[in-house]
Amino acid sequence: MSAFSAIGEHAEHDRNEYTPGLEPQPTWCPGCGDFGVLKALKGAAAELGLSPEEMLVSTGIGCSGKLNSYFDSYGFHTIHGRSLPIARAAKLANPGLTVVAAGGDGDGYGIGGNHFMHTARENHDITYIVFNNEIFGLTKGQTSPTSPKGHKSKTQPHGSAKDPIRPLSMSLNAGASYVARTAAVNPNQAKDIIVEAIEHDGFSHVDFLTQCPTWNKDAKQYVPYIDVNESDDYEFDNTDRSEASEMMFETENVLHEGTVLTGRYYVDEDRPSYQQEKQRIGEIPEEPLAERYFDDDYEWERVYDTFLDKHK
Amino acid sequence: MTDDELIWRIAGGSGDGIASTSQNFAKALMRAGLHVFTHRHYPSRIRGGHTYTEVRVSADNVKSRGDGYNFLLALGDSFARNPQENAYYGNEEVKPLSENLDELNEGGVIVYDSGLLDTDDIPNFDERVEENGWHVYDIDLRTIAREHGREVMRNTAGVAVTCAIAGIEPEVIKSLMDDTMPEKIFEPNMAVFDDAYETVLEEYDADAPDVSVPEGEHDEEQVLISGSDAIAYGALDEGCRFIAGYPMTPWTEVFTIMSQNLPEVGGISEQVEDEIAAAALALGASHAGVKAMSGSSGGGFALMSEPLGLAEMTETPVVLVEAMRAGPSTGMPTKPEQADLEHVLYTSQGDSHRVVFAPSDAVEAYKQTRRAFQIAYEYQIPSIVLYDQKNGGELQNVPASVFDEEPNADLGSVITEEELVDAPHDPSGKYNRFQHDVEDGVSPRSIPGQKGGRYLATGNEHMPAGHIAEDPDNRVNQVDRRMEKMEAIRADLDADEETNTHYGPEEAEYGIMTFGSQQGTVEEAVDRLNDDGHSVKMLGVSEMAPYPVEEVTEFVESVDEVLVVEMNASAQFRGLTQKELGRYGEKLSSLLKYNGNPFEPAEIVDGFVTSIVEDGTLPGHETKFVPAASD
Repeated sequence: MSAFSAIGEHAEHDRNEYTPGLEPQPTWCPGCGDFGVLKALKGAAAELGLSPEEMLVSTGIGCSGKLNSYFDSYGFHTIHGRSLPIARAAKLANPGLTVVAAGGDGDGYGIGGNHFMHTARENHDITYIVFNNEIFGLTKGQTSPTSPKGHKSKTQPHGSAKDPIRPLSMSLNAGASYVARTAAVNPNQAKDIIVEAIEHDGFSHVDFLTQCPTWNKDAKQYVPYIDVNESDDYEFDNTDRSEASEMMFETENVLHEGTVLTGRYYVDEDRPSYQQEKQRIGEIPEEPLAERYFDDDYEWERVYDTFLDKHK
Repeated sequence: MTDDELIWRIAGGSGDGIASTSQNFAKALMRAGLHVFTHRHYPSRIRGGHTYTEVRVSADNVKSRGDGYNFLLALGDSFARNPQENAYYGNEEVKPLSENLDELNEGGVIVYDSGLLDTDDIPNFDERVEENGWHVYDIDLRTIAREHGREVMRNTAGVAVTCAIAGIEPEVIKSLMDDTMPEKIFEPNMAVFDDAYETVLEEYDADAPDVSVPEGEHDEEQVLISGSDAIAYGALDEGCRFIAGYPMTPWTEVFTIMSQNLPEVGGISEQVEDEIAAAALALGASHAGVKAMSGSSGGGFALMSEPLGLAEMTETPVVLVEAMRAGPSTGMPTKPEQADLEHVLYTSQGDSHRVVFAPSDAVEAYKQTRRAFQIAYEYQIPSIVLYDQKNGGELQNVPASVFDEEPNADLGSVITEEELVDAPHDPSGKYNRFQHDVEDGVSPRSIPGQKGGRYLATGNEHMPAGHIAEDPDNRVNQVDRRMEKMEAIRADLDADEETNTHYGPEEAEYGIMTFGSQQGTVEEAVDRLNDDGHSVKMLGVSEMAPYPVEEVTEFVESVDEVLVVEMNASAQFRGLTQKELGRYGEKLSSLLKYNGNPFEPAEIVDGFVTSIVEDGTLPGHETKFVPAASD
């Protein structure tokens, strides 16, 4: 019998069940795109019938890091840039958990960029939502890794000399097997994409455009948006790596010209997840490791019997 | 050095199999009933460079390197750079011979491979041989090896020559080689062995040198083990089934042993992108209900500072190991030092609260790693095992029965789903995982996936169910509770009374204090000092945090003066002791060494006599005396 009975319950859940009673109202600014992520995640969790207690939401630091303060499940609000290593280890320890990591563009593409690249490369079976508002919001408006070239802020008084990160391209190149972009102004698409991302076996990356009405007033409100999978103006196969790559490149280029493109950019259902790869080479047990510590019948191996002979 | 022991030094180039040959030699003699202890010296270099391993062999227990050594086996350095007059490295080809002469004791033996080494390249070689009464054997080991097998087998030829000179039964070595080598390699090695062995008997007087291996017998089965082995085994016997790491010398040893062994017991090892990730993965696994560890050496451990603080704030149990090497920065990667003590005690922002053990040898490493896990999981706190390149890598024989212990996979203070039903929750149904008023400051944790256990773990200050809050009353309550755990742990450790080591006569006039890897050497020095008519005892401290204030106070009070021996330049252990005790600045002086080599027993004897007894200056320049405040 499992020690974790919340896992795999598959009961009916109303999206309001994920609202914490003690702190039902977020402290995000009025009009903030982060509300859109919260709403989409609640909707996705309800649609998937996930119990709040079979979910672990791991976040970084920033406005986005508060996601698990306002989403009622198991949560780990970590440190700046480190939501991914915590999330992927939790998934390795207990594959039954639905693990969602989240953070901002500074958190994920800047300070935690190394983790992002390697988590994608390894194709861990977790979902990563990046709140991309092209600004550092919580620290009051500094230029971020996704801010456009020339972006002026108190720390970049002459305008940024740097080209912005290309989050979608970076993700594809690093090895993510599901890459999508959505926007807070697009709640139905956002929810659907998060559902797909959670259901995907492997690393699913959702670059979530979240407008910042307080610190990034000049930036687009990400409307009107175009769904590249729906629009007749865009023709590409999102299971084809090179077509996906071209579509991503164009999407990243036109964002700063005022065209907001969204959709599913790359979907690879064939690539085994890291968990599967590691199981194949015998480096991950069949049963969830976390269960073993609650199994009174398990006979724990002794060093004396198992490893000492080679020292004799 | 006593007369009845062999201190054998095998020297050559890095990459020439010096380590494995010496390990087999040590194990063979252990099997023959002797006590062995190894000391490694190797360069941080890709290929080549002067390297040696000493194997000290005695009929009695040995727990340190000796003073100098008495048998040199100088093999060639296959990767030596060409001799260059103005290059700082000079003539590397002869270094396996030339670099080792200063420490060779009078009357010692030199065996060198005349196929690779020419004594004409060494200034004043013949004069030095005569002055010191050394016995020289120039044997073309390379040719013997080539004749029966391959050139690398010159190590075997060298071991055979050692046996012939020191009177070691060939069978002692051969049976071990038989166990460890595939037949295809074993046969030519035997031919090399026999040829080299016979060459010595035929060409040299059998009775010439006064160097031989004593007779010995163990009264129980022994294993040859390193501190790194013991740390890994302690972790495995505590049910640790998850490790994450990034390679860095000398921590890589523990990481390697764990990575090789974990799949066999259904565990997971993760080599990750950096040490920040490594520590964070260990936290993630532990948070999800698996006993987990990570570790590194100084520079990598620096990257773990923030996850370490997160573990304290979220009360996530984790064990980190730190293998010290000479710093600052990249320092000397393959050389031991004990200068990261303050680093592991205080790194990470805020009021740190963590447990730090510094084991001295393999037996302590096994026991204290287990204790570190028990405390980490019981008290939901990070535990650190602090060791160094010396005690991580040196091999010694210990009774196999040390490891004849039951495993303990207890997750510590964890709540079950049944218990969660009646446990306190906040109004919205979150479990109060960080309750205010709990015994010893420990509030049982739930594990993700458990029904009724959801909560928020956060690096921010938080309320009982994890909600982020800056309310002053809650803040004080949570800080006090977390700090209270340290007092409870201190009381637990006091009840154990076996972690720190007292050695020497209880009524002694003087004291020596040390920590970690220098303890065995200090013990040997204490024996010699007492044999010479001095009155000295030792306290080897392993509990760095929480510090054993009572036990140390009692020790310091019981003697006239205390010499604190440690391998660093800033007397960190003495500083910690004075800080924790709040006094005794006038009573504690320091003997320091930080040249990249661990203390020899004689250096501690000399340091003690000249600085404490005679109040003079030290004879050598390798160690440094820092007087007490009143001197």
